Amino acid sequence: MKLGAAIVLLAVAPVFAQEPARPAPLTPGSEFQSPEARQMQFDDFANPGLLWVERGEKLWSQPRGETNKSCASCHGDARQSMKTAAARHPRYYEKLGVLDLEGRIKACVVQNQKAPDLPWESQDLLSLSTYVARQAKGQHIVPSAGSQPASALRASYERGRRLYFERQGQLNLACNNCHDANWGKTLLAERISQGHPGDWPAYRIEWQTLGSLQRRLRACYFGVRAELPPLGSPDLVALEVYLAERAKGLELSPPGVRR
Amino acid sequence: MMLGKLQVPPSVKKGEPFEIRVLVQHPMETGYRRDLNGMSIPMHIVDKLVCRVGGREILRAELGTGIAANPYLAFYATASESGEVEVEWSDNRGDTGRVTARFTVA
Repeated sequence: MKLGAAIVLLAVAPVFAQEPARPAPLTPGSEFQSPEARQMQFDDFANPGLLWVERGEKLWSQPRGETNKSCASCHGDARQSMKTAAARHPRYYEKLGVLDLEGRIKACVVQNQKAPDLPWESQDLLSLSTYVARQAKGQHIVPSAGSQPASALRASYERGRRLYFERQGQLNLACNNCHDANWGKTLLAERISQGHPGDWPAYRIEWQTLGSLQRRLRACYFGVRAELPPLGSPDLVALEVYLAERAKGLELSPPGVRR
Repeated sequence: MMLGKLQVPPSVKKGEPFEIRVLVQHPMETGYRRDLNGMSIPMHIVDKLVCRVGGREILRAELGTGIAANPYLAFYATASESGEVEVEWSDNRGDTGRVTARFTVA
């Protein structure tokens, strides 16, 4: 009897471990934009996000804080050292927990440079994260959430997945109601994307500025009239972890341009 | 000093029009918006922009609140000899920016 139960469990376990079907074919967000916005994104002059890349490049070698160290003092040439950073975040750090790229930069500034914290969505932080993300252009997303069962990252992933499928807000919509069930269809004047993180941070014309993926996620919360989680909250990071896993293998092309 | 970008073809044909592209990083705050506390956000816009080719002014623009953030301008010019394109701008707070690019007439 016990043996029978064990066999049943073994047979069932893979079903539980199986991840929800991902949109196929995996399509980057730029494909759902107007031809004008897409053209802007891939024109290295017209893409306004590259202004943040330029600023980030300057900040990279600028000493900061009590240690008077710049990012370059430890990490050297970002073109080499940061080549895959954006493709591998959010990730788990033993002393810091699960962090996305912005969170990692904040931690580095405070702990290693001993400089004042860079607030979320501040121009300095966005410039640095966009500069770092840009180095990973053409890389493919390599999430590590799935490969580390029972770790903090795994827990964050599970939380993100739960949030992704949880109906929220006055409109009572879950992420998957749009981005899995209805991508490619028209919502007012927009085409619904598959909801991938590969082009973020991105310049959003509606914002008239560049913003992080967390800000974009909050905009979706606002869209379904749900309570907005604060920037940097575990919920947003968890969603980023889930989205990275969901977009595994997708080519990165930051900074994007969105309507 | 504000951040901006200027794009000019490195080599142009004598007398033939070539494209000059300018991108300026600026919030272009209209002065009509309010922040989350209901306080008016003061106007902050680039209001003057000048382009010179070989020292000669070829374009002068007065930008207003209707221009989007990070203004992008593209226009054409001709040249008979090699030289420098210079773009200068200033905003209503007195901040200025300047970018230059060289080209040769082939």
